[in-house]
Formats: sequence, structure tokens, C-alpha cells
Amino acid sequence: MANLIIFICLAIFIVIMSLMAVTSKKILRAATYLLFVLIGTAGLYLLLNFHFLAAVQISVYAGGIVVLFIFAIFLTSNKGDMIDNHNKKRILYGIVAAVAGIAITGFALLKHRFLNYSDNPTIAGDQEMNMKMIGEALMGTEKYQYLLPFEILSVLLLACIIGGILIARKR
Amino acid sequence: MIKMEYYLIVSTLMFFIGVYGFIARKNMLAILISLELILNAVEINFAVFNRYLFPGSMEGMFFTLFGIAITAAETAIAIAIIINVYRNIGSVNVRKINKMKE
Repeated sequence: MANLIIFICLAIFIVIMSLMAVTSKKILRAATYLLFVLIGTAGLYLLLNFHFLAAVQISVYAGGIVVLFIFAIFLTSNKGDMIDNHNKKRILYGIVAAVAGIAITGFALLKHRFLNYSDNPTIAGDQEMNMKMIGEALMGTEKYQYLLPFEILSVLLLACIIGGILIARKR
Repeated sequence: MIKMEYYLIVSTLMFFIGVYGFIARKNMLAILISLELILNAVEINFAVFNRYLFPGSMEGMFFTLFGIAITAAETAIAIAIIINVYRNIGSVNVRKINKMKE
């Protein structure tokens, strides 16, 4: 029951903050609301007993991406930077696309019968993965282990560093 | 008991709020913020499906982990491009970025 109350608070918080992140006039405030959404998502991961994932979410998103956003906003904003008058037609298109998507997806979601899941996994704390399991799965080469994607990801990050320097440097 | 559909409803709402922002915003950084919302909603879905439907395995968790890392890389590159565009054009408004058309 307590879990349900916490979940409802988190859900309302997340939805309101994401609405404000896409409707706020000032871009810096939008970035701050995005930070709140990401922290709320970390709360959802904690509620699902993904503790490692919640830590990663906070450290990568709140520690890395939002700071990057704020620096980019400082570097690119003009004086009194407002998101100038919205184009009414674009807003209409956006609302139509969003409402149609929510309708279709929500219909499919509520209509569909999922596989049986009997117990409530968010209460059964014994299903929490310990760090040993995560580390072995991340560093192993057997089936259901992820050394190769991990290494590919490191190459991707290297390419991203080089590309970022190359694109953003002064000529 | 929290049903799985509750989580999925939250992530659906977040996804389509992001879609709205992606269409309606003009500032490129605001569009990138909407993109973050979309990706974040998808990552919630991975984690929820893993926990509820396949609680013995951890594939969804690793998909989320790699997804977060790829999102970080993508955001860094996109911000580099936006800063470069700002240096060349003096604006981050997407409606003004039509130099290559002319």
C-alpha cells in the first residue's frame, strides 16, 4: 500500500514535470524540469528494485547530461532569451500527434493481456540483483553476458569524444 | 499492488509529451530536451518489462544501461553540433536553419 502511494506521487510528479519541461517559455527552466523528470525516473527504478540502475540514472543524467545542457544554454542564449511566440499551427499539430498516439497506444496497452505475473515484484526484495551478478554479466563472454557490447560502447564513446572536439572546435 | 500497466501508462504519457515538444518547440535545445524525454520513457519500459515479466533475468536492465550510455553520447554530439550552428548562424531557432537550401 505504501508502495502504491509512493508510486502515485512519483507518477504525478513525473507527468507534471515533463509537461512543464515541454511548455515552459524559458529554456533554462525547461532544463531544470527535465532534471526533475530524470530524478523521478530514478525513483521509479528504485521502486522496481533496480538500485544500480537508479544510481547510473542519477550520475549519468543529472551529473552529466543536464550539466551539459545548462552549459550549452549559457553558450547559445541571446539576451532575454525567450522561446518566441509559438506558431499556433505547430502546437496544433503537436497536440494532435500526441493525443492520437496516446489514444492508440493506450488502447493497445489496456486491451492486451500480458503474461501472468502473479506476485508483486516490487515488494519481494530478494529479487534485487547484487553487484557481483551485475559485474559478472557485464564482464563475461558467455551466453547472456555482455563484454562485447561493453567494449563496443567504449569505442562509441571514443568516437563521440573525437567527433565532439572536431565539430565544436574553433576554426 | 502496483500493476505493470500503471508504469506503462506513465511512460506512455512521458513519451507522447516528448513527441509534442519535439513538434511544437523551435529552439534546438528544447527539441533535444524533448528527445531526452522520449528516450527516458523507452528506458523505463525496458526496466519494467524485465522486472514484471521476466524477473529471473536481467536483459532489460542491461538494455537500459547501454541505452543510457548511448543517449549520453548522442546528446554530447548534438550539443556540439548546436554550438557550431550557433557560431555560424547566430541562432538556435530551427526555422532559421535553411542555409543549405539556398
